[in-house]
Amino acid sequence: MEYKDFYKALGVKRDATADEIKRAYRKLVRTYHPDVNTGPDAAAAEQKFKEVGEAYEVLSDPEKRAAYDQLGANWAEGQAFRPPPDWDAGFEFSGAGNPADDRDQFGDLFRDLFSQRASGDRGGQAGARVHAPGQDHHAKILVDLEEAYQGGSRAFSLRKPELDAQGHITLRERAIRVTIPKGVRDGQHIRLAGQGAPGLGQGKAGDLYLEVALTAPAGFRVDGRDVYMDLPLTPWEAALGARISVDTPSGKVDLRVPDHVQPGKKLRLKGRGIPGRPAGDLYCMVKIVIAPVETEKARKLYEELARETRYDPRQKPGG
Amino acid sequence: MAARRSPDPECEIVTSLTLIDLCRISGTTRDWVVELVDEGILDPVGGGQTAWRFESSSITVIARVRRLQSDLRVNIPGAALVLSLADENARLKRHLAEAEGAPAVPGSDA
Repeated sequence: MEYKDFYKALGVKRDATADEIKRAYRKLVRTYHPDVNTGPDAAAAEQKFKEVGEAYEVLSDPEKRAAYDQLGANWAEGQAFRPPPDWDAGFEFSGAGNPADDRDQFGDLFRDLFSQRASGDRGGQAGARVHAPGQDHHAKILVDLEEAYQGGSRAFSLRKPELDAQGHITLRERAIRVTIPKGVRDGQHIRLAGQGAPGLGQGKAGDLYLEVALTAPAGFRVDGRDVYMDLPLTPWEAALGARISVDTPSGKVDLRVPDHVQPGKKLRLKGRGIPGRPAGDLYCMVKIVIAPVETEKARKLYEELARETRYDPRQKPGG
Repeated sequence: MAARRSPDPECEIVTSLTLIDLCRISGTTRDWVVELVDEGILDPVGGGQTAWRFESSSITVIARVRRLQSDLRVNIPGAALVLSLADENARLKRHLAEAEGAPAVPGSDA
């Protein structure tokens, strides 16, 4: 177990009042909330959000805060930590402090410290004659663009917090084989019947719902059914037009580039987006790449082109 | 629940959900989902609640609204605003990353 400085996580002093802690927490939650932070920084924000939540979980509860404070201020963040054997002696816990489903928000440190209580919470269900369907479970999986085009079957590793026999919450890893249906789109869900929580008594097991997040390689972007890809062209291909062969996610395609295409122009390949009914379209986004001038002859040709072409791109239209 | 079957009998894409399906899967009440539809957060096709069909991405939208409610105490119109701004923000960040990145040559990073 590593010591975590919850006061530092919230950016407050050790003698902060309950109101100060709450204000600090509210502000940080707004800053790092995973539903507000999207895009490239999302993962870092989510990590921070968890740390802040874990710290607040403890510092907002007077009992837990007092217990935590008793651990002392002399621990450094990340230092290997072993609680004194009787650290919780003399603390009376009001069992109703946390709804049961808050439990998985506990951080590792407090999870271990409070595991005895968690095991006590569970007793109620044993022996009860209840038949109920199991809960549905939800998880998110990353699927490559290529898999969305071709379909496929792949093992995913899912981690799920579980209570063990001693009442400790452990992350149990399970590998699950998922058939990725061809044409799956970003944000869609794949249902795995009976792979959720087991039912109670003779109740049916719940289902597992996997949310699909499509990952596109560099130079590709997905928008619903449509796919965008960069199409690098040489200046002469862009000026004269060309027939070129393009590697698309659905294989090689012969593409006719019209003459005089400008950078940023979209060339549409109908039905070459994500397969389905209807299939999406593939858009090739023109990018013009200047070839390096490596030989004397190439330089001469460019010079000739410069003399021959009296084109000034900086001239205003009509000027 | 309409679903397209894939070769493995146990995996299927959830293509459209009824109001009842959606409530069951996300553990929410009918009235609450109707509120989200009224606010324009969810956009089912079909007229009338029994004919409504939701995209399966609605499951994720519902989870986001619930987190915003419980973590930030945002009400439903507020959540609608946060979601549309956050989505816009993600879209802009993506465009920015593309504009700033070097022109990618397909296959060059493979």
